[in-house]
Amino acid sequence: MTTAVTRGLSPELRGFRQVQRLAYECAEAVAARLEPGITEREAARMQREWLRERGVRDWFHLPFAWFGDRTAFVNFRIPLQFFPTNRRLAPGMPFILDMAPVYDGYTADIGYSGSLGINPVQDKLMADLEVHRELILREVRERRPLREIYEDVDRLMVRQGYANRHRAYPFGVIAHKVDRVRQRRWSAHLFGFGTQSLKGLASDALHGHREGWSPLWSPYRFSDHPPQPGLWAVEPHLGFRGTGAKFEEILVVTDSADPEQSAFWLDDDLPHVRRWAEER
Amino acid sequence: MALQGARERRVRTGGIELCVAELGEVGQPTVILVHGYPDSKEVWSEVAPRLADRFHVVLYDVRGHGRSTAPKPLRGGFTLEKLTDDFLAVADAVSPDRPVHLVGHDWGSVQAWEFTTVKRTEGRIASFTSMSGPSLDHFGHWISRRLKRPTPRRVGQLLGQGAKSWYVYALHTPVLPELAWRGPLGKHWPRILERVERVPGGGYPTSSLPTDAAHGAWLYRDNVRARLRRPRADAYAHAPVQLITPLGDAFLSERLYDELELWVPQLTRRTLPAKHWIPRSRPDQLVGWITEFVTSVEGGRPEGVTATGKYADRFGGQLVLVTGAGSGIGRATAYAFAEAGARVVAVDRDAEAAARTAEMSRLIGAPEAWAETVDVSDEQAMEKLAVKVAEEYGVVDVLVNNAGIGLSGSFFDTTPEDWKKVLDVNLWGVIHGCRLFGKQMAERGQGGHIVNTASAAAYQPSKALPAYSTSKAAVLMLSECLRAELAGQGIGVTAICPGLVNTNITSTAHFAGVDAEEEKRRQKKSARLYGLRNYPPEKVADAILRAVVRGEAVVPVTPEAHGAYLMSRFTPRALRRIARLEPPL
Repeated sequence: MTTAVTRGLSPELRGFRQVQRLAYECAEAVAARLEPGITEREAARMQREWLRERGVRDWFHLPFAWFGDRTAFVNFRIPLQFFPTNRRLAPGMPFILDMAPVYDGYTADIGYSGSLGINPVQDKLMADLEVHRELILREVRERRPLREIYEDVDRLMVRQGYANRHRAYPFGVIAHKVDRVRQRRWSAHLFGFGTQSLKGLASDALHGHREGWSPLWSPYRFSDHPPQPGLWAVEPHLGFRGTGAKFEEILVVTDSADPEQSAFWLDDDLPHVRRWAEER
Repeated sequence: MALQGARERRVRTGGIELCVAELGEVGQPTVILVHGYPDSKEVWSEVAPRLADRFHVVLYDVRGHGRSTAPKPLRGGFTLEKLTDDFLAVADAVSPDRPVHLVGHDWGSVQAWEFTTVKRTEGRIASFTSMSGPSLDHFGHWISRRLKRPTPRRVGQLLGQGAKSWYVYALHTPVLPELAWRGPLGKHWPRILERVERVPGGGYPTSSLPTDAAHGAWLYRDNVRARLRRPRADAYAHAPVQLITPLGDAFLSERLYDELELWVPQLTRRTLPAKHWIPRSRPDQLVGWITEFVTSVEGGRPEGVTATGKYADRFGGQLVLVTGAGSGIGRATAYAFAEAGARVVAVDRDAEAAARTAEMSRLIGAPEAWAETVDVSDEQAMEKLAVKVAEEYGVVDVLVNNAGIGLSGSFFDTTPEDWKKVLDVNLWGVIHGCRLFGKQMAERGQGGHIVNTASAAAYQPSKALPAYSTSKAAVLMLSECLRAELAGQGIGVTAICPGLVNTNITSTAHFAGVDAEEEKRRQKKSARLYGLRNYPPEKVADAILRAVVRGEAVVPVTPEAHGAYLMSRFTPRALRRIARLEPPL
């Protein structure tokens, strides 16, 4: 398991960071190739192919792409609606690319928001996500119960005038644990999720259930416990009248007594973080 | 005369002399206003001076009207071809090397449709704003399409418009119309207009009315039958068109314009809850829309966010003030109006939240949005706000008195202070809003709408909410009384009764008779209850916009609010029984 890091990252964390960077590179490359008329399915395939060419063979989940009001999960009722559709991209439309590749046994789960041309609403949503990233890190370092942090994120969103869209995710989760995945020659998928990763999540759930914690970070009672050491893929997702924006990246939680070391974002050199720095 | 400061000149064309008046600077874009039947250019006397600040405004008396001379003989002298000659002569005289912006009302619009769709005016017209006058060619096609494939709905439309066109048949009888206009009808016309159409007087109609009306009968006789029987097949507009449809027009059905997109590639639609003579009754709104349209065609404005909301035709450019706009239903309502292109004043006692609402409103379609920090229960602050709004932004077109607070607790637990506070905000806030902004609306005399957020608690007794329900019942009754009072002035009043809606009213509500900790617990519990119900404030906002469009009086929103409303009317005893139940807190 992860232990306190002093200087630099442990080889294991470096492995996670490498695949997270690869996934963000893929998102940027695919986003640059999006043009009017492209469908969500095509965008998802572009992500899949880009990553396959670079050696990705297994997935925590297959790549998603959401266009237009689907970025805000408008009228999402059942989980099947997450899968890419034939919705076509048009100028000014917001989009979100979401992928979770497994590479060399390391998993990443990322979300990349953008728009085809200018979309001031989504720009605003993205800018407002910065305080959420800060709030989550601060409260995790304070070792507040996950459920309480969730409620604070929720309150901040309401104050900002937004709807909480990760409520639409399975179990309403804002984050879930990620772990190393054993490499198999054949990796099967179940509803878009890699079976190896699901196995990992299931065994975490089993352990957690015995010890009183959960690998899913939700608004429910089973998340009423302090942050569990490990790697969490955190994905706050804002929605505002048919436009959505999110980021998703890995938060490292350790058992260190030093608050600085007890929790930190795996990588601060990501597109959304660079963008906030440029805006300042 | 009503057109003060106008420079008059005479333009000779085809054997007649037209009386042309100009206002405003010549270098500005030229807007030509064409009047209808039975009018003269003075029908524009409220609109023209307001446009003259920004534009070079030109008006002329159509041949045979006002101070223009009449063709001889009259028969055959009013064909659309000849009217087009007149227009081109005027346009060449006032704006020889720049295309002009046309605005037409009634027959002025009918003519202008001809100008905008014939070949020889191409390049001379930059834009056309049409009100209450269809193209006779489009009308002809509209009729023949309905005759060829008569579904029940289409037959209904045909009969409806046929009944509204009674005066067209009447004007085709020889001599009689002229006699009537020169006799009793001409004498009584101003009074009829004032009573039936609610057109304010003030130098209109002019003394030339009987002759104008008598001559103008030839507009119908020379054109209507010929064009309706054989409409032109190539009547496509070669300029952008803004169509303003008054919904209460006694002479033209809205349905006439259903297929207008076929003929007009660049069409902007606007609707107005008013009767036929909008240049007299709604000058401010017309000036706003004409200015916006002309400016956008001239390209003088950077491409902003376009309003894509459901009722953009109705609320585009209007001024909407919402109290309690910092959260919940108020915020969602401000956003819904913003999406429809309205200018929004977001009022809340929380300055930061109001500013946020205004900022987001601008992002989603409001051309302008402002935040104001006011406690609605503070009389002086509200008075100051009303003065400021009128001076800086204008008279409010739609007022939403939404701010309110929650108070729960039995009657004997509710202290006089509690009572005072809840009545101050929930009732006095609404009274101040109606009194101050409603008065400005009424004084302007150009219509408007007031929405008061009441509650399903207004007609649903409960032992848990005596003070809150009382304040809301008062708001409901106030709204209904005000509705009766303002009906004569074209101002609608609506009471909205949302029911259980997922907003933060529960977490800020005061629970009388319990300590702070128990209050917190109950706030949390009721917030969770409302959260489980999860009825979004956006749906209430939709209901508010719809209620304004339809002019509804009392609007329950959630199904339980509807249910309670029905019970309060048909089974009040059962509702009283329910009131005795212990609330689940």
